[in-house]
Amino acid sequence: MSIAFPTPDAGILARRDEIIAGLAQILPPDCLITSEDERRAYDTDALTSYRKMPLAVALPRSTQEVSDVMRYCHENGVKVVARGAGTSLAGGAIPQEDAVVIGVAKLADVIEMNFADRYARVQSGITNLAISGAVAHESFFYAPDPSSQLACTIAGNIAMNSGGAHCLKYGVTTNNLLGVTMVLVDGTIVELGGAHLDAPGYDLLGLITGSEGQLGIVTEATVRILRQAEGARPALIGFDSAETAGACVAAIIGAGIIPVALEYMDRPAIQVCEAFAKAGYPLDVEAMLIVEVEGSDEEIEDQLGRIVAIAEDFSPQTLRVAQSEAESAAIWKGRKSAFGATGRIADYICMDGTIPTGQLPHVLKRIDEIVKSYGLGVANVFHAGDGNLHPLVMFDAAKPGDMQKAEDAGSDILKLCVEVGGCLTGEHGVGIEKRDLMTYQYNKQDLAQQLRVRGVFDPGWLLNSAKVFPLEGRDAA
Amino acid sequence: MTSMHEPASEEAVAEIVATARADRMPLCLAGGDTKAGIGRPVQAAATLTSRKLKGITLYEPAELVIGAKAGTPLAEIEAALAEKGQRLAFEPPDYRALLGTEGEPTIGGVAAANLSGPRRIMAGAARDALIGVRFVNGHGEIVKNGGRVMKNVTGLDLVKLMGGSWGTLGLLTEVIFKVLPIPETSTTLLYSGLDDERAVAALSEALGSPFEVTGAAHVPVGEGYQTAQTLIRIEGFESSVDYRLGELREALADYGDPAVLAHESGDSLWRGLRDGAPLIALADHAIWRISTRPGAGPALAAAIRSKVQGRHYFDWGGGLIWIATPADDAAAAHVRAATRTHGGHATLMRAPPELRAAIDVFEPLPEPLMRISREIKNRFDPDGIFNPGRMYAGI
Repeated sequence: MSIAFPTPDAGILARRDEIIAGLAQILPPDCLITSEDERRAYDTDALTSYRKMPLAVALPRSTQEVSDVMRYCHENGVKVVARGAGTSLAGGAIPQEDAVVIGVAKLADVIEMNFADRYARVQSGITNLAISGAVAHESFFYAPDPSSQLACTIAGNIAMNSGGAHCLKYGVTTNNLLGVTMVLVDGTIVELGGAHLDAPGYDLLGLITGSEGQLGIVTEATVRILRQAEGARPALIGFDSAETAGACVAAIIGAGIIPVALEYMDRPAIQVCEAFAKAGYPLDVEAMLIVEVEGSDEEIEDQLGRIVAIAEDFSPQTLRVAQSEAESAAIWKGRKSAFGATGRIADYICMDGTIPTGQLPHVLKRIDEIVKSYGLGVANVFHAGDGNLHPLVMFDAAKPGDMQKAEDAGSDILKLCVEVGGCLTGEHGVGIEKRDLMTYQYNKQDLAQQLRVRGVFDPGWLLNSAKVFPLEGRDAA
Repeated sequence: MTSMHEPASEEAVAEIVATARADRMPLCLAGGDTKAGIGRPVQAAATLTSRKLKGITLYEPAELVIGAKAGTPLAEIEAALAEKGQRLAFEPPDYRALLGTEGEPTIGGVAAANLSGPRRIMAGAARDALIGVRFVNGHGEIVKNGGRVMKNVTGLDLVKLMGGSWGTLGLLTEVIFKVLPIPETSTTLLYSGLDDERAVAALSEALGSPFEVTGAAHVPVGEGYQTAQTLIRIEGFESSVDYRLGELREALADYGDPAVLAHESGDSLWRGLRDGAPLIALADHAIWRISTRPGAGPALAAAIRSKVQGRHYFDWGGGLIWIATPADDAAAAHVRAATRTHGGHATLMRAPPELRAAIDVFEPLPEPLMRISREIKNRFDPDGIFNPGRMYAGI
């Protein structure tokens, strides 16, 4: 519990009744949550060890209502924390006591689908999976697929530039977003991008993607939709060491093959996920790759044939190609439930560093040493193709001091990621979790330039202001 | 006569900028200067070029990443990649013939212009492949953002801002790009005689298929084209390309029986479309590049062509219109009116300096976005010394 929040503004807390009355002028009662019991549902996100009760929760039903609430808060100096579904593992949606949460939950409609031009226009509170669901009847889908896709919203995906298991081929949110409607801190509504490609002028759409609710609130989005592949099939390849698995990944990519997904799980992760999902994972290997390819049956056969031939050079302990839809689904269910399944056996924090993939064996060895030095355990699942690691550092919340140890171990792991040429976060965002580590990746001038750009949008630090940038040194810009 | 700064180190760049800032002396920022004619003319007594900042700093084929000093010739990057069977997937264009410029396109210029070729529809733009930058801002500070890994959401994405900023925010000193393997083969299907509407419908059908089209263009009848040509490119392993070729032909049977172009002839065709080749001969014309919703492409082009004579063709499945118009204000007004009506944005790629000084080269922005853009410029370059006015008045 070492991450500090700014001290709440006593003046704002004292004006709570007045502020709620002001919001009640804008929103009907069912769109404004003020009672302590109901607000409690919003006091954290998926980083549940930190909780802050918000001043109030606004759930607007339109871009105009978001704008009205933002304008009111701006005029009254009230902080705002934007919220999608609250699935952030980095604490990106955790409120502050002196802030109004603006949730986009009631903005969940599909506005337009255009299959000839391959885009969908949606309200930002729609879930990631619901977009794919809405376009599935024409065999289209929305590509980025974070593990939480059943619950997480496109608003949150844009805020964190979310990825997923299939972004090796399809890219992350920023590569699949064409336009947004965004409400600025003072309530101004702007349109960025549209149904066309690229931007006139500066790439503001690229800038706001991954800006963690600090530059404005996105209320609508135009996303690229793609035609589904004819088919897809994963293979499981098990190895006796992380080094061999890492070398096999390099060899596959070196051979000019870009699988649609290339996932890695270590022994503890395999055990945990197999117990939960019964996916038929091999239990006697140190490292396992899930390699998925797409296309027609013949294309899949051909690509898997190439991959199997490469893998055989590395003497895999097991090598199994999924033989049915059900088997494929089970393999993915196991991988996508890694976080939930780990949560059944231990408390954990999920890290999200990215490393150059060539550093994989070294980093895995060091992660093991770091975690052991704190007397804790770790399960590793990650996107091997792009080096995005998710070490799950396990601890026992009931044991005094254990969580602190886990946080310290997590910090050490992220510093290691930066040391080997990677970064603190690949797809979860900085939030509060990694805020105080930013100085490891960026020096003063790097951060000052980011702060100056942030200042264009929110000079008064009203938007999600406890997050991303270390609390010290914010005036440096 | 303008003076030329050609620093060979990042530190030297920072010093030159600090001095220019103290003297309030505007600088024309450049790489290889091969895209010098794009943008509003810049008034500056001195040029600061990155062309002496040279060399590949990082290349890990198995990690699909390459980094280089900004002044490294694009040709050197492409050669190094080709040696390992890889490439910049967004097909960086070469506008030397179009713009009548000489010299070597640099990798920094590729990043600063964010211009992408036909494969942009499938593989993303230059800005999607650009994952890390180092630059010197107008404070004379060396700044880095992004990095060498392709998934990175640490802090604000200034990489995206630098991509396509045309040297108005800082001088790029080093850039890192994501790369992809060169597929085993590529084949192009060529349909003849379709009008614009039918052609874009065919391209939409192809792009909406599961067959992973990486190029979708249409050139109407005109000089060099006795009949209209509609082109669809597929790339990959040979057996897969053969299969998809067959499937596409069947799916597009209504549009006629296509010719099948092999790798080599297809490649030079796509290079030409990438570089604006069908319009180059129209020497006294202005040339525009318009990005729009593909379905709106034919109507947008027709709206302009109904007002002015010229020539046009489509890339990006109809979503990119290359159009030559008379080089005057009136034609420009028709282009802007058409993007307002049909959606999208137009960039004036080639025109005499007088015209580029008189009208907007980049699509004018609505006021809140113009204000934000001015303030962003100000936060990178508070004294407005970098390429002043190249993108917009004051930017």
